[in-house]
Amino acid sequence: MAQQLFAYIGHKNGIADDPALELITAAKKIYADAAITAIITGSGADLAAVGNELASSYAEVWKVENEACAYPNGEVIRSLLVNILPPDAIILFAHDTFGMDLAPGLSIKLDSAFVSDAVDIKGVDGTTLTVIRQEYSGMASTHVHADISNGAVITCRPGSFQPDESKSANGQIVDKSAAAGDLSAKRRFLEVVEAEAGDVDITKSDVLVSVGRGVEDQENIEIAEELADAIGAVVSCSRPIVDAKWLEKARQVGTSGKTVKPKVYIALGISGSFQHMGGLKGSPFIVAVNKNPKAPIFQLADVGVVQDLLEFVPALTEKIKEG
Amino acid sequence: MEILVCVKRVPDTAENEIEVKSDGTDIERDDLVYSVNEWDNYAVEEAIQIRDKIGGSVTVVTVGDEESEEVVRREMAMGADKGVLLSDEAFDGSDGKGLATILKAEIEKGNYDLVLTGAMADDGAAQVGGMLAAMLDWPYASVVNTIEVLDDKKIKVGREIEGGNQEMNEIDLPCVLSIQTGINEPRYVGIRGIRKVAAIEIPVHGAADLGISSESVGRGGAKVKRVDYFVPDLGEGAEILEGSMDEITEKLIELLKAKGGIK
Ligand SMILES: Cc1cc2nc3c(=O)[nH]c(=O)nc-3n(C[C@H](O)[C@H](O)[C@H](O)COP(=O)(O)OP(=O)(O)OC[C@H]3O[C@@H](n4cnc5c(N)ncnc54)[C@H](O)[C@@H]3O)c2cc1C
Repeated sequence: MAQQLFAYIGHKNGIADDPALELITAAKKIYADAAITAIITGSGADLAAVGNELASSYAEVWKVENEACAYPNGEVIRSLLVNILPPDAIILFAHDTFGMDLAPGLSIKLDSAFVSDAVDIKGVDGTTLTVIRQEYSGMASTHVHADISNGAVITCRPGSFQPDESKSANGQIVDKSAAAGDLSAKRRFLEVVEAEAGDVDITKSDVLVSVGRGVEDQENIEIAEELADAIGAVVSCSRPIVDAKWLEKARQVGTSGKTVKPKVYIALGISGSFQHMGGLKGSPFIVAVNKNPKAPIFQLADVGVVQDLLEFVPALTEKIKEG
Repeated sequence: MEILVCVKRVPDTAENEIEVKSDGTDIERDDLVYSVNEWDNYAVEEAIQIRDKIGGSVTVVTVGDEESEEVVRREMAMGADKGVLLSDEAFDGSDGKGLATILKAEIEKGNYDLVLTGAMADDGAAQVGGMLAAMLDWPYASVVNTIEVLDDKKIKVGREIEGGNQEMNEIDLPCVLSIQTGINEPRYVGIRGIRKVAAIEIPVHGAADLGISSESVGRGGAKVKRVDYFVPDLGEGAEILEGSMDEITEKLIELLKAKGGIK
């Protein structure tokens, strides 16, 4: 008998997060025919709405309803999961800031294998699960073997598994609230402070010239600004540029920055980490300028230029100005 | 406050082209430039700033081989008071849980109020901090981008969540935090700084010193094992523009015009 499969599904405003349907595909790559159970936590009408939404895709939906779960505090939900999960369960999470917060510790409490940021799953042979992950910012991939005889906790990279849209489950909603146990925690959620708006709204621009760490120096940001001016684009950037305070946070593209949907995205000296590319939606035409021909961004871009951006971009801008 | 910061020596991906060895057993390590994991520098800087404000000490620890000593020394040059290297052949091939087991043993020898790690390192797993906290039964918060010490029992931390929003939490001490980049501006360490700490003896603790049984760590203790490195076949990828600078710029301008990239 195969081990029972679970997927913890986050949600906001009564709507399940995008990975909800991706985790079904990931779970089916572990055991093709398994019935998969979604777990949701929260309170009120929002939780009920998410439960109904998920029941069309999951064989069962376990819900834990409690005011203490109104905001998903990883510390609270970890201990609740320890209480409700059967021994040797396999549970999947999205590899987002909630999954990163809760999943590693959960694997310790369950004494099960932990695999982080899976980009693909190759299936089970005996008690060995084979997973594909990436290291070195996506510059090398690895096969990982996990001994799942005592269960597993796996976080899956958002966007890496096709969403399962079949919606053919007609699942049961099961109330597990009574089994959740003590929901007090040594970390108490206070509030969410929204990111500052900033001077520009990069989400409104059809064309973005985006700079990454490859720009090397603050004064070189000008090179990107001049190109942007010449083509009528707005300058955006990757996270290290914001960390260095060379550009404001509102210009950052990525999972911890803005989600943008431009028509054209010109990435200068950006390696193509999934946290950066995760902020890029709507399949724009991507141009990458990077001096490293092996940079992962060349796998994702439409057009690549293998050049030093400090030489190439000024030449490009010059040519555009010449008309 | 007694603060321990866990750091790692990693190949600097901004400086290196990472290539997989043809037999898939490893990446090409000759000529790699190593440095301190980017996130860890922010963690050490934060620890130093807390100490300078309210007193206490900062200890830097790493699990690794002799060469990892250089990153401990570098962080001491930044201003950490003490450094420890956890090194033993028995530790080789440890998975995340194995590393957390080793670090836990060192932590239990001390009297720490706060343990910091980087939010992630070169393997992208972002796992050791959370595992360590669970083993110690201490509370944990990941991707932390602000810390405010409230009193000697609790601190207030901001976690940087999706969209750059900040989730504020109050968390009891002792606790483990994983630190996100951008929380501060790590100070520059010059040759002079390194020279100042060059003669300091950095203690090395092995499995026996830490009272760790070798079955619980290393390759044998690992439930999760990397079996190979490979280069994935991801299809075509980008069309790489070739030719002289003139030819490339011309071709690119043509493409950008066609796609509406030039107004
Ligand atoms: C929880 C979390 C959230 C995150 N959120 C985000 C996010 O929202 N957005 C984001 O961007 N990152 C985010 N990150 C960070 C992310 O993991 C990467 O570290 C980051 O995206 C790397 O930025 P980069 O590509 O500019 O730098 P690097 O990865 O260092 O790449 C620099 C590139 O520039 C190239 N280069 C260097 N010099 C030149 C030159 N002269 N000419 C041409 N090319 C050159 C190099 O070959 C390299 O490919 C997040 C990380 C975590 C843990």
